[in-house]
This record gives sequence, structure tokens and C-alpha cells, in this order.
Amino acid sequence: MALLETKDLGIAFGGLRAVGDFNIKIDEKELVGLIGPNGAGKTTVFNLLTGVYLPTEGAIYFNGENIVGKKPFEIVEKGITRTFQNIRLFKDLSVLENVKIAFHHKMKYSIAAGIFRLNAYWKEEKEIEEKAMELLKLFDMQDAAYTTAKNLPYGQQRKLEIARALAADPKLLLLDEPAAGMNPQETKELMETIHFIRDKFKIAILLIEHDMSLVMGICERIIVIDYGMIIATGTPEEIKRNKKVIGAYLGE
Amino acid sequence: MNSRLKANIINTTSIILIYIILVLLIRIGFINNYYEGILIEMGINIILAVSLNLATGYLGQLTLGHAGFMAIGAYTAAILSARMNLPDLPLLLVSIVLGGLLAAFFAFLMAIPVFRLRGDYLAILTLGFGEIIRVIILNMKITGGGKGLSGILPLTSFSTVYFITVITVTIFYTLINSRHGRAIISIREDEIAAEAVGISTKYYKTFAFTLAAFFAGVAGGLFAHHTLVLDPKDFNFIRSIEILIIVVLGGMGNLTGSVLAAIIITILPRLLMGFADWNMIIYSVLLIAMMLFKPGGLLEKREFSLNGLLSGKKKSQGNTPVKNEGSE
Repeated sequence: MALLETKDLGIAFGGLRAVGDFNIKIDEKELVGLIGPNGAGKTTVFNLLTGVYLPTEGAIYFNGENIVGKKPFEIVEKGITRTFQNIRLFKDLSVLENVKIAFHHKMKYSIAAGIFRLNAYWKEEKEIEEKAMELLKLFDMQDAAYTTAKNLPYGQQRKLEIARALAADPKLLLLDEPAAGMNPQETKELMETIHFIRDKFKIAILLIEHDMSLVMGICERIIVIDYGMIIATGTPEEIKRNKKVIGAYLGE
Repeated sequence: MNSRLKANIINTTSIILIYIILVLLIRIGFINNYYEGILIEMGINIILAVSLNLATGYLGQLTLGHAGFMAIGAYTAAILSARMNLPDLPLLLVSIVLGGLLAAFFAFLMAIPVFRLRGDYLAILTLGFGEIIRVIILNMKITGGGKGLSGILPLTSFSTVYFITVITVTIFYTLINSRHGRAIISIREDEIAAEAVGISTKYYKTFAFTLAAFFAGVAGGLFAHHTLVLDPKDFNFIRSIEILIIVVLGGMGNLTGSVLAAIIITILPRLLMGFADWNMIIYSVLLIAMMLFKPGGLLEKREFSLNGLLSGKKKSQGNTPVKNEGSE
């Protein structure tokens, strides 16, 4: 059984069908790229998968369960987390707090336990502090733990957002243009990071990207969409030679 | 474990010490009735400001109906305490808690329509709800309508206000520094991101708003048993604005700031007795000056910590930074 499967997924905004007949399957631990020209509907697909938009047609199965109609935070609990094209950090909080917040739904102590500082509070807070620091270490950000997020350099902010998405313990991670605004050196590092994440956390990754060297370099499979429809899927080699894809990107 | 115990002992001792000193000063007459009244009002304002700070400073939702919840608490407590037969202290506690609960109940009902809106619209809607509450009270028989409600038992004393204030501030402090507090703050920082890391924004908005209303109700109950006469005019929207001014002055999302600002704003009108008509103008000038020179509030991100002070550490104890830092 595939980890994620969509069946004829689609959404129309008024008369405009932004995404339609969208059928994909992602297996566990797979690294898949989603590419397409500007305005093709890539981010819309992410918003459908994470519950931000309610699809007007079709179904999304995650681990065999239809997750259509679930709220974004419920979908996080099921195991899909994401990053955003325009970075969305908790800007005025420290790096450590950004990560800690993402552990929230894994923590159990009640509001009363928090207010009266019962044992559960101390125990879980200590655990989470350690886990968050461990995660930051993996990203080589432990020294910046107490820095305010908005004061981080751009590349680090992107990294922090990925770290935060991982803290929420996903089975499938959606990355929306992780390399946007990065220089070639940073992009190369990011590619290594993404590979490393997949191997270390054993999760599936679906990423949107415009940087072709990144997509071709790390994705095992690529899905190409244009005008909200899938026009091709295949390995990077197949995609490179696909006439439709070349047409969509370069014009006839 | 040990340092935790030490911190608790230091905090508890200092709270009791301050209490004893103040009570002694009252006993020997150094603090006369008039000043004692001011101390009581300070406590009430602190409770109001700290609770509004949860909704506005930490949750980041500008609500302007706080006086409405205070009114519900005040009238409920006053009406109940007149009809129950209990010794003084339990009578006060039971009636203010029930007043708080009723205020919280109304806030809970309001949360559903209110949080479909954001920003200015939310502010206007909550302002409207606050006014509706006041107008309903004005037109009810049991509340005495426009004549006001008099003959309320004088149950509020310095001691009760002192301890209820301490308990309130402590509850908000520990809440803010728990996972639930982090969830509330994350909504202020970025609602979409909060939802995307697994936080139910609806749940925490409702919770924070309801809890804030509960404590506004409690403050209202204390207020009723202190002033002994309630007039719907006490709870008009100017009152809500006054509480908001305290929060802004102290800094959005800063508890120490709220406490400090509440003390200042309670004393200020007394010092300016001769210029009563100028009150609102002075507030406005104060606010404009704050926005220009200290947009983060009196203390910006710093929170007061006695333990930190004693151990000479500069690090702030709370992990509760301020959002409002002016333009970037």
C-alpha cells in the first residue's frame, strides 16, 4: 500500500479549475519532485494535501485513510508536515522555541499540569528540551538555539523551518521550494541535508522546486504538472527527454 | 530539583514578606483607608491587565470587550453574595468564582463567531459584544438598571485582593511557560505556521479568550465588593480601553510590564486629581510617547525574576518575548 495516494483530486476556485484529475502515489521513504511552470498549481497541491484547501473533487488517502476534510493540525497528527515557499517561522521566538512548539502534539501533560507544574510537566519539558537540541545538532544549529529566529541568515531560516517540520514527527514531508533564494553553494548543502533527512528519519519527501539541478540530482521520481494537470511522471532521465515537459517549460 | 525548591522558597517567602510589611503599614496607620483602597484597585487592575494580556499580548488578538466580562463577573458576584448565607471569606470566594465562570461561559459562546474574524474586525466585534452586555445589564431588573446596584456587602479586603492577584499572576506565568502557553504564543507569531505544526488554533484561541474572561470576571467580583455600588457606566468601552492602555504600556506579552503598568495607571489619576478632565489626553500622550520611544513596552522583553536577581544572572527567566518591536 502506498503511503500517500490521491484519487482524481481537484479543486476549483469559482470557475477556475486550479488542479484537476490529480492522481499520485508516494511510497514510504520515497523522494519525489513536483515541478511545473509558474502558476501550474504546485503549491495548491500542497495546500490540498495539508488541509489548507478543501478539495472540490476526489480523495486523499494517507496510510489508507481518507484525510479529506481534516483540519491542517489533524493532518499533522496523521503524519504530513510541510514548509512554506515564503518562510513562516515564529519570528520573534528563539530557534529552540520554534522547534519545541512543533513537539506540541506529541506531548501529553494537561493544562492543569502545566499551570501547577506537576511532575508530568517537568519530565516532558526536559525530554522535549533534549530532543529539540538533538534535532538542532543534526542541522548544526545548536549554537544558534537561543537566537531569535528572525535574526538568522536566510539559509539558516530555511533549515530551521525544515527542522521544525521534522520535529512534528512526519511520515511524509512536503518541502515547498526549499532552495528558493539560495546560492549554488547553499543549494548543494541543502541537497545533502535533504538526502540525509530521508535516510536518518526514514520518511518520504515530496518537494516542489524550480532549481532543476536540485530536482534532477536527488529525486527518484518526478511529477510534472501544467495548468493543474499531470503531464508526465517518471525518473529524472525520462522527464528530461519527455516532449510534453520540454514544451511546457520552453514553449513549442 | 534543588534549585527548583530554592526558587519556590525564595518566591513564597518574598510574597509573604511583602504582604506582612503592607499589613503592618496598614495596622499602624501609615497606609490609611484611602491608600488601602488604592492598593486594592491596583490588585484589581493587575488582574484585569494580566488577563487581557493573555488574549491580546500572547494570543495576539485585539479584543476590546474586557470591561463587558468584568461587568458580568461584578454583577453576578454582587447578586449572588447578597443571596447566599456563608461566612465572609467563603462567600466572597464562591461568588467571585461563580461570576468568573459566568463571564467565561459567555466568552466561550462568543469565541465561535468572534474568531472567524481577525484584526480590526475582531476588535470592533468584541467592542460591540462588550457594549451589548452593558446595555443588557442596563435594562435588567435584577441588576438595578440605570439606577445601579447598591447595598453590596463589603467583602473585598486588602488581604483577599493581594492573594488573589498573586495567584492570578502565578497562574498566567506558569501557563505561558508551558506547552500550552507556547501554543498560544505561536498563534500570535504565525497562525498558518502554528496550524501547520499541529496546533489547533481554534482550541487555543477559545481557551485563552475564555480564561482571560474568567479572570476579568473575578476582577469584576472583587471590584463589586470593593466599591459597593455598581453602575453600568463603570463598564463602558472606555474602561476596556483603559485596560488595554495598561497592557500596551507594560508591553504586549510581558507579565511584569502589565503588573508595573497597572500600578502606574492606578496611581497616575490620583496624582493628577486637579486635572481630571485631562486624564484621557494624558493617556493618549503617554501612549504616543511609548510607541515612539519604547514600542516594546516599559520592559521590552525582560521579565522580572527575583531568583535571577539574587543569583546575579542577567538571563531572563521567562521564555516569553514581546512581539511588538516596532517597524523592522
